[in-house]
Amino acid sequence: MLDLSDYGTSDFFQILKRRHPELLTTLNSPDAVSNPHVPESSFQPYEGTTVLAVVYDAGVVMAGDRQATEGYQVGERRIQKVYPVDRHAAVAVAGAAGPCIEMARLFQVEVEFYEKTEGVSLSLEGQANFLSHLVRANLGLAMQGLMVLPLFAGYDVKRQRGRIFKYDAIGGRYEEDNYYAIGSGGKDARSTLKKCYTPQMNRQDALKIVIEALWDAADEDIATGGPDLIRKIFPTLYTVTKAGVTEVPEATVETLYREFISRL
Amino acid sequence: MSTPYYVSPEQIRQDKEDFVRRGIAQAKEVVVLEYKDGLLMVAENPRKTTFKISEIYDRIAFAAAGRIAEYEILRVVGIREAEIKGFRYYREDVTAKWLTNLYSQHMGAVAQAWDAKPLEIELLVCELGAADAPAGSTLQNNRIYHIAFDGIYSEEEKYAVIGGRATALTDILRQHYTDSLEMSAALQLVTDTFRTVEAESEDDYEITPQTIEVACLEQSTERRKFRRLSTDEVTTLLDF
Repeated sequence: MLDLSDYGTSDFFQILKRRHPELLTTLNSPDAVSNPHVPESSFQPYEGTTVLAVVYDAGVVMAGDRQATEGYQVGERRIQKVYPVDRHAAVAVAGAAGPCIEMARLFQVEVEFYEKTEGVSLSLEGQANFLSHLVRANLGLAMQGLMVLPLFAGYDVKRQRGRIFKYDAIGGRYEEDNYYAIGSGGKDARSTLKKCYTPQMNRQDALKIVIEALWDAADEDIATGGPDLIRKIFPTLYTVTKAGVTEVPEATVETLYREFISRL
Repeated sequence: MSTPYYVSPEQIRQDKEDFVRRGIAQAKEVVVLEYKDGLLMVAENPRKTTFKISEIYDRIAFAAAGRIAEYEILRVVGIREAEIKGFRYYREDVTAKWLTNLYSQHMGAVAQAWDAKPLEIELLVCELGAADAPAGSTLQNNRIYHIAFDGIYSEEEKYAVIGGRATALTDILRQHYTDSLEMSAALQLVTDTFRTVEAESEDDYEITPQTIEVACLEQSTERRKFRRLSTDEVTTLLDF
């Protein structure tokens, strides 16, 4: 017979913790907290960096570069750092690539599980708060140097606007009104956004400043990848609006970059 | 010490079956029907938040007739097990056949337990075929599984009905069903079928866009193929 015991909960993370802890080996490892140590220098997992989000008139744009580094080497040129969560939210991750991808995947399942079992979507704020728990669950690994930092953005259906949430390493959750960028190139991207951002900008203008911010991050930060015109690899951009989460087509991103480069 | 009464296994099974049959006889029906772009599911249900048809996973839907408290648990547990399996392996590894087996084992075990009453429910587990599978592959086929209260299940083709008057509805569908109907035509066929059966019954439940629950699994670019149709959408489709 099926085990019906945790039929009341809509929290997938809790179900996994109780029933299948083996599926949560990196997240939720208390041993790591009690035994923090810096990994040996030869231990170099893939790391992903610069991701950002910008609020515009119809919602929010979320973007990330495509590079993962392995120490001073390029580990991966086409990694994905931005993930749709549901119809009205997306999450971007920076840090140790393995746990980053696991957190994004688990977060997406959590939100969908809630929606399907309860029959209504988890509110944007509810999603942002839940993400805090996941970041905190990764504290042990963060103390060993395997940090995962998400950036969360979505369209708040009740308040009719785009919203951005950033996190610190122990799960502190802070809302940003206009834009934010995290990762090793985050500071450079933020400088560009600070100079170029105007409230209530339209989609096209928002995409332009996102492209430029990622360019500047790649220009200053060795871990951030720029547009690769030879291999045709471009940053991933998503728009999150009332109508849903939509990936900006690669051809559009390429055009934006070519226009931007011609102006340099 | 008193000797327990002997009851034959046939008698026990028959008693349980009669008991469930009486319960299910009251249950409102759900129809699933293959149409041009997928599977259409329709139920008599005037309520707007307690559903008889639900999404389980990317391509899998669930429909139930009978006691809501009993099938609601199975719905949620089905989502739970599907998400766990998809998280452990890959989303495509979650199939209707696997879920049907899971439900079947559970319902069979409950029906056979000496100290439990059988579940007074019937289920449909439906899966949309993979449009991007190689041509001619069986992966392209839609799947419909019908699970009875005792866990015995059967794979149905084109359409299936659960609930009290399932036989009457199936008989009408058999006469009028044709392949590759447009969604509006498929919906019209199902509502006409319901009306015919209702006209013959005592309470004569009125079939309008407000009194039916409609959902579909349709081929689309979205990962999640399940979609509920709003009352407005149903009205538009039926006016066609």
